[in-house]
Amino acid sequence: MILVWLIIILMSGGILAWICGYFLTHLSKWIALVSCLISLIITGRLWFDLYNRIDLQNQTGWLMEFSVPWIKPLGITFHLALDGLSLTLLLLTFFLGLAAILCSWREITSKQPFFYFNLVWVLAGITGVFLAMDLFLFYFFWEVMLIPMYFMISIWGSERRIYSSYKFFLFTQASGLLMLLAIITLYFIHAHTSGYYTFDYDQLLTSSLKSNYSLFIAIGFFIAFTVKLPLFPFHTWLPDAHSEAPTAGSVILAGLMLKTGAYGLIRFVLPLFPTEAIQISDWALMLGVISILYGALQAFGQTDLKRLIAYTSVSHMGFIVLGVFSFNELALQGVVLQMITHGISTAALFILAGFLKERLHTRDINQMGGLWSLAPQMGSIGLLFAMASCGLPVLGNFIAEFLILLGAFQLHPVYTSIASIGLILSAIYSVRMMQKVFFGEVQNDHVTFHDFNSREKTIMALLTIAIVFVGLYPQPFINMLQPSIKSSLKLQTEIKNSNSNEISPQKGSIIHHK
Amino acid sequence: MTEQLAWLIPVLPLIGFLINGLGYKKNPKGLVGLVGCATVLGSFILSILVFFDIKANGAKTIDLYEWISVGTLKIPFSFLIDQLTSIMLLIITGVGFLIHVYSTGYMHDDEGYGKYFAYLNLFVFFMLLLVLGSNYVIMFIGWEGVGLCSYLLIGFWFKKTEYANAAKKAFVMNRIGDLGFLIGIFMLFSTFGSISYADIFPQAQTASTAVLTTITLLLFVGAMGKSAQLPLYTWLPDAMAGPTPVSALIHAATMVTAGIYMIARSNILYVLSPISMAVVAGIGLATAIFAAVIALTQNDIKKVLAYSTVSQLGYMFLGLGVGAFTGAFFHVMTHAFFKALLFLGAGSVIHAMGGEQDMRQMGGLKKHLPITWFTMLMGTLAIAGIPPFSGFFSKDEILAHAFEVSPTIWAIGVGGALLTAFYMFRMFFLTFNGKFRGTEEQHHHLHESPASMTIPLIVLAVLSVFGGFVGVPEALHGSHLLNEYLSPVFGQSTQILNAAHHGHLSHETEYALMGASVLGVLISIFYAYTVYVRKEVVPAAETAPRSGLEKASYNKFYIDEIYNAVFTRPLDSLSQLFYRILDKSIIDGVVNGFGQLTQWSADKFRRIQTGYIGNYLFMMVVGIILILVFNFLF
Repeated sequence: MILVWLIIILMSGGILAWICGYFLTHLSKWIALVSCLISLIITGRLWFDLYNRIDLQNQTGWLMEFSVPWIKPLGITFHLALDGLSLTLLLLTFFLGLAAILCSWREITSKQPFFYFNLVWVLAGITGVFLAMDLFLFYFFWEVMLIPMYFMISIWGSERRIYSSYKFFLFTQASGLLMLLAIITLYFIHAHTSGYYTFDYDQLLTSSLKSNYSLFIAIGFFIAFTVKLPLFPFHTWLPDAHSEAPTAGSVILAGLMLKTGAYGLIRFVLPLFPTEAIQISDWALMLGVISILYGALQAFGQTDLKRLIAYTSVSHMGFIVLGVFSFNELALQGVVLQMITHGISTAALFILAGFLKERLHTRDINQMGGLWSLAPQMGSIGLLFAMASCGLPVLGNFIAEFLILLGAFQLHPVYTSIASIGLILSAIYSVRMMQKVFFGEVQNDHVTFHDFNSREKTIMALLTIAIVFVGLYPQPFINMLQPSIKSSLKLQTEIKNSNSNEISPQKGSIIHHK
Repeated sequence: MTEQLAWLIPVLPLIGFLINGLGYKKNPKGLVGLVGCATVLGSFILSILVFFDIKANGAKTIDLYEWISVGTLKIPFSFLIDQLTSIMLLIITGVGFLIHVYSTGYMHDDEGYGKYFAYLNLFVFFMLLLVLGSNYVIMFIGWEGVGLCSYLLIGFWFKKTEYANAAKKAFVMNRIGDLGFLIGIFMLFSTFGSISYADIFPQAQTASTAVLTTITLLLFVGAMGKSAQLPLYTWLPDAMAGPTPVSALIHAATMVTAGIYMIARSNILYVLSPISMAVVAGIGLATAIFAAVIALTQNDIKKVLAYSTVSQLGYMFLGLGVGAFTGAFFHVMTHAFFKALLFLGAGSVIHAMGGEQDMRQMGGLKKHLPITWFTMLMGTLAIAGIPPFSGFFSKDEILAHAFEVSPTIWAIGVGGALLTAFYMFRMFFLTFNGKFRGTEEQHHHLHESPASMTIPLIVLAVLSVFGGFVGVPEALHGSHLLNEYLSPVFGQSTQILNAAHHGHLSHETEYALMGASVLGVLISIFYAYTVYVRKEVVPAAETAPRSGLEKASYNKFYIDEIYNAVFTRPLDSLSQLFYRILDKSIIDGVVNGFGQLTQWSADKFRRIQTGYIGNYLFMMVVGIILILVFNFLF
């Protein structure tokens, strides 16, 4: 029941924020903050309660579950369930949600009640996506998170907001429709073979699905999730959406919404279509590697700070695809850690870009420079997260990318070696960003520039602690995630073992695991 | 003792970093300097205790906590303190402490005093982590961490764009090397199923030579980046943009020797791969000569020292490549003493000259800076390889091993040593002898540096003079203490090498080799003396015409320009090209095309909605007829 409460709290919090905001504008942000904080506390409690119940050796099903029939004739249930993966992602959702609300505190001045309504509803949608275990319900939440985000960009965005929000909407909607098509086909095929209609994840999972259409269904899901991720060549909505969105919008987009794509791959594509996933894996790996290099290469040509950060996301999401389609425990652990750490570090960079824009009224890095001298705290934090972004050890992102590459290397040494060139490119764009924004001479018109205030400092301190913590002590997350990851990979591992000659790498001869 | 306290060795500087980093605004200068120096001193004292403990009781592994554990991958956060590590600890914390003390004087008037000490302490922390780690991943943390600190300290005066550029270059170039290292780690894991030294080294002989060669060459790419070897060396001369004590600590004594440490640590892997050994020796030798040739014509005092560092690092790699692991490591140690001394001495000169680094503006500083003069003379003699100064013993050991492998390598190596002696004395004479060539104002300002700076110089001078006695060769009736101490680390490799080919040199041959190289060096110094003291030649101005090799050397063989044209600019253009053509034109073109198609078709279809009943009826009739026709036909 707690799972339902999470969604109810957020949805009603959003509505309350909207209504109360009409009476007292400032109330809306407080309501948003409180509802997000309550969700965070609940999830935190759940984490500590459930952590000890995780069985590292055997997957024992869901940690928590809630299921009631919803539309019985169609076999639709209101089925929410929680495992280590969703719990970890929920923690991230509310943590970043909090940061998003706090960083909008001053930035958003017009139509505040509606803004906070949208913000909280996006969070509710994301929560639903991470919890829904009924494909119909999943699709429902997938749409719930999309529409408020469209409003956030189109109402509170900057100059080119209309174009960007349309683009965002159409890309996501078109790919969403593809997913809907895939879901419905899956539904009918399952009904055809098993004799009853259901959208339920667990039941779809247990039935062995053999059909000529299953490859197309898998591709439908794959495209829907990779557009969201985004993977090259479906990525062009992202730089536009990110750069035009208000800071909170960018934070949620980059920190959370992209992760729903990755989540979809792990939760649905791998377990539901194990054979098909292997069939498309070559393409996926190739696109993943292209994304890594292409995104990074784009990033260092950009002059718009937010656009630059957006392209770095394309690059980092490429690592996710590389990891997911390596079907390897190490890599998949890395993928989920990448979701967490990229969420934190990119959110921090976007928030920083937001702070800079509030002060300088520009996102053009050529008009910045020398800001470290004026705002050393801001400079240090910028440095920290720029370094996180290029995968410096001690910060969480390193562990994620290291595990992905290490895992992927065992099977695809060539792809992985090419992909790791991305680490050089990421160093280039990170230091270029530092240099353009913080180093060099101070420009005259910036002399009144001021460093962090206490609210900003709080946000950044939280994010910094989080990224360093994951970097130094990732083991709790790894333990929490392990059962989910093992079960996602279960079928792949079986397939691989059964015909190991075809799929296992040429390198196999030199692997002597102890 | 080691088990309980060793974790403090890196943690103390980390605490120093946190105190100075978080309190950069409030901490008074005295406190900053005290915290900065005291933490490193604390680590030094602990390192001494650890040294004796290891000497008495042998190597120790200290597990701190389980860092990452996924499936078969276990990466404990643990330290391995053996003989190799304990010496590195002494060098890092000892030389590091002296340089911290020196910095309190050198950086005293800088506005970024607190920031400086914070970075310096952070550097020491990462450097210690690098040598303490018990597996390759911990080493990699330290490896990247020192790279970051180096980046921050090179760009310490970031207001100057060229300094910031130098920092950027160092970071990116190091990253290229790090990539090799990283892929090497991946391969180690897929070959041995572990990343811990303790698991890998005993199994080394089970792997095939081809695999080992690949792994060791990949690791060596990492070493090339960090230790500034061909072709990844160009960042190091530019790194001189940082404050001079930083050049001494990071870009001479410690960080740049990380590559040597890494190969020395993995010695067993290298020994089993003759190709890698040859590559290491070849690159080392080539770098040693190449950098020495460039150093001949440089006029910036720090640039001379920088190229000299690149060249000396080359010697160390040569040593590793010919199997002189102890010798290479011995040279790491003596080089740390005399190069730190030379850099700090140069710093003292620059300090006195009010920031001037061009030797053409100096001259005759001997009488103004007597302590600096004398200590630098000691350092110069040491690097030139005059017995019994420390550099002689370590360089001699490397060259003697090189002779065992091939007399040609020895001859080229000695050739490099002659160049070294020449350019070092060129620098020394141009700076301290002759008449003062700077401005009147600079002349007026000349003064010896404060005690905080001269005391570290004196200590380092003592070490540079006597430091060689820990490794006196058998031929000179000495006992090689260092060799004995390090034998547990290199023992197995030495056995394999000896079994393979190496015979021992006879004492007579050794005397002849030493005699030849010392004689050559003396002639080289005498030549420098004739040119720069007797004839008082001053290097030509920037714009003066130069010819042939001199021009090429003066312009550093145009390597930077070539890299720029081959890598940097194409990459930028590629980025622009992709953005304009692929993203904006093709992908967005398709996307916007769909949008426009929709709008266009909507516009056309809209016209059907005319509102006239007649039109609708007409369409309806047409529709019915079509349906009927279809029904009849099919």
